[in-house]
Amino acid sequence: MERTYTALAVAGVVLATVLIGGLGLRISRTTSDFYVASRTVKPGLNAAAISGEYLSAASFLGIAGLVLLQGPEMLWYPVGYTAGYLVLLVLVAAPLRRSGAYTLSDFAEARLESAAVRRLASLFVVGIGWLYLLPQLQGAGLTLAILTGAPDWLGSVVVAVVVTGAVAAGGMRSITFVQAFQYGLKLTALLVPALFLATAWAADDAPRARFDAPAVLREHTEVRIDDTVRVDVGAPLTLTATGTVDGEVRRGEPFTLEEGPHRIEAGTVLGLPKGAPVPERAATDADPAGWSQPLAGGREGPQLYATYGLILATFLGTMGLPHVAVRFYTSPHGRAARRTTLVVLGLIGAFYLLPPVYGALGRVYTPELALTGEADAAVLVLPERVIGGAGGELLGALLAAGAFAAFLSTASGLTMSVAGVITQDVLPPRGVRYFRLATVLAMTVPLVLSVVSRDVPVADAVGLAFAVSASSFCPLLVLGIWWRRLTPPGAAAGLVAGGGSALTAVMATRAGLPPQGWPHTLMAWPAVWSVPLGFLTMVGVSLATARHVPAGAGAILARLHLPEDLAARTGHQGPGRTGGPGPGPTGHRGREGAGR
Amino acid sequence: MPPEHTPRREVVTGVPRAARRRPGHAPARSEISEQTTLGTTYVRSLMRSQLRAALRALGVLVLLVGSLPLLFALPGALGGWPGSPAPFVWAALGFGVYPVMWLTARWYVRRAERNERDFVRLVEGR
Repeated sequence: MERTYTALAVAGVVLATVLIGGLGLRISRTTSDFYVASRTVKPGLNAAAISGEYLSAASFLGIAGLVLLQGPEMLWYPVGYTAGYLVLLVLVAAPLRRSGAYTLSDFAEARLESAAVRRLASLFVVGIGWLYLLPQLQGAGLTLAILTGAPDWLGSVVVAVVVTGAVAAGGMRSITFVQAFQYGLKLTALLVPALFLATAWAADDAPRARFDAPAVLREHTEVRIDDTVRVDVGAPLTLTATGTVDGEVRRGEPFTLEEGPHRIEAGTVLGLPKGAPVPERAATDADPAGWSQPLAGGREGPQLYATYGLILATFLGTMGLPHVAVRFYTSPHGRAARRTTLVVLGLIGAFYLLPPVYGALGRVYTPELALTGEADAAVLVLPERVIGGAGGELLGALLAAGAFAAFLSTASGLTMSVAGVITQDVLPPRGVRYFRLATVLAMTVPLVLSVVSRDVPVADAVGLAFAVSASSFCPLLVLGIWWRRLTPPGAAAGLVAGGGSALTAVMATRAGLPPQGWPHTLMAWPAVWSVPLGFLTMVGVSLATARHVPAGAGAILARLHLPEDLAARTGHQGPGRTGGPGPGPTGHRGREGAGR
Repeated sequence: MPPEHTPRREVVTGVPRAARRRPGHAPARSEISEQTTLGTTYVRSLMRSQLRAALRALGVLVLLVGSLPLLFALPGALGGWPGSPAPFVWAALGFGVYPVMWLTARWYVRRAERNERDFVRLVEGR
């Protein structure tokens, strides 16, 4: 493997991140710069930063892997990630900026004037943030291990240390530059190799990828099985093996696997002949196969349900992701927040045209990855396989650099927002030094989890984070912005009922509790029922506790919806006139200016 | 310091009197700031027009993108279908939906900004 190039490329990305972060640190002079880049980030730069932060490893590596495994239906993931921004734009973007909320907990407190709801929201922000950080760290470990043979934990630690350093040192201003740079890097890293790969594919008589039949190997292939797998063989298959298959020790002699399930022990090397169909990996619940659980294949009903579960979770979950909400506060006003989101839609939409190319090419050239459970690596190994030589190595190194940029940027955005909440709600409000302490805390917990839970399938935590966010923060934001009669008890009940039930359902599925069939599908894709549950609970309890409607609700709604220039003249800007105890656009519990 | 680098002296004054106060229409602003029934009605009318624009954009999203899984499942449910739906799935999910979503978003941003401009004009009585 191209260890030198890859190691150099990864080191280069890390170095560039630190350097650009340092550059931002020199510009970052005031406390306001530190937290929110002084709220003056232009739509273009801010949009590149938001896109850089949003496009995580799940997008860079995971989508291609899922398409390789399961075909074009998996493209609902990128479509959902993009549509989530459209929903966010039309329902939330401008009012969220005008609320002056730095985190979702700030929004909850400003809108509902309740410290209890604030604490509950903080709990969800930290929980969702950690759920989302965990797969970033584990993905970094996996990538570095596959590419350079480094130990599993090394990649996680590298990402954790760089991110903690960059966030703690430079704050929001420097992170904005770093993430804008990383969007450019990710797009380039995916675009340039894709052009070369497409050219090589066309020169190879453009073989078609088939998804309605098992993938077929194009040449004799040696496959090393690192973890014991069960496979389903569709038709008798002649192959060689060195290792243990179905309990029998094989020493490289050819033999035939009959139709049906077989067990291949860890460490076995299979030699599959040219033209052989790749045996399909049998589904097990405790199988860390990819970034998210496959949509329940087979019968039409559950598959349709699962697709809509995914659609609801991603369409509605984006607005509640902690690192997405923080970004809106860096826009100067509501109109800029809207325009920024429009640019973001364009940028991430352009990016998502590329992963399907890798998925389809992976199905043609590297189908054996489906057997080893390393489909997420398809993007990384394709150049070496299709182009080969020094060119292939260089392109592979470029892709590795892009993947690391993905881990770094998403992890830094998440750390920034989780640390923000910890600073405000856990530590005493003493300014920047405590923010740095919170950054270390925000990163340590998921890092320890990722190292300890190496064998626990947490890779689908991204999908889980979306489902929980869609069932908890989506109702809170939508009703908080558009419905005058929302009450603190209603909001709290909805958060617990919606978010809590989504979390419980997915955890129960991971533990293997619900029986196969419909109960399993219902629990694995909770968004279809947990989002309505969250909304209905919030509305129902609010109506029942109508006398708890906050006194300042009308004033705050006016502030959320009036254009800033008008609001400034009518006195709806700023916490002084609206009476809410929440953070106004100019003060976070007196935090700005503190610590200097 | 050489004289050519000295900033030019400028006279700074307030907003022209005529622009500051529009006779007869200023009350609309104070209605809003003082939270009277009329002021609340003003804000509510803005919220309603913004919500209408948002729901229209969401409607387009649901109709054109949200209906796709049903559309993909239709051939299987009806039985016979000449050829596989796979190329259509690739074209729709791999490319087609992105321009649709972006154009919807652009329409919404323009609409929302126009609603705000109209509202400011209404309140300021222009």
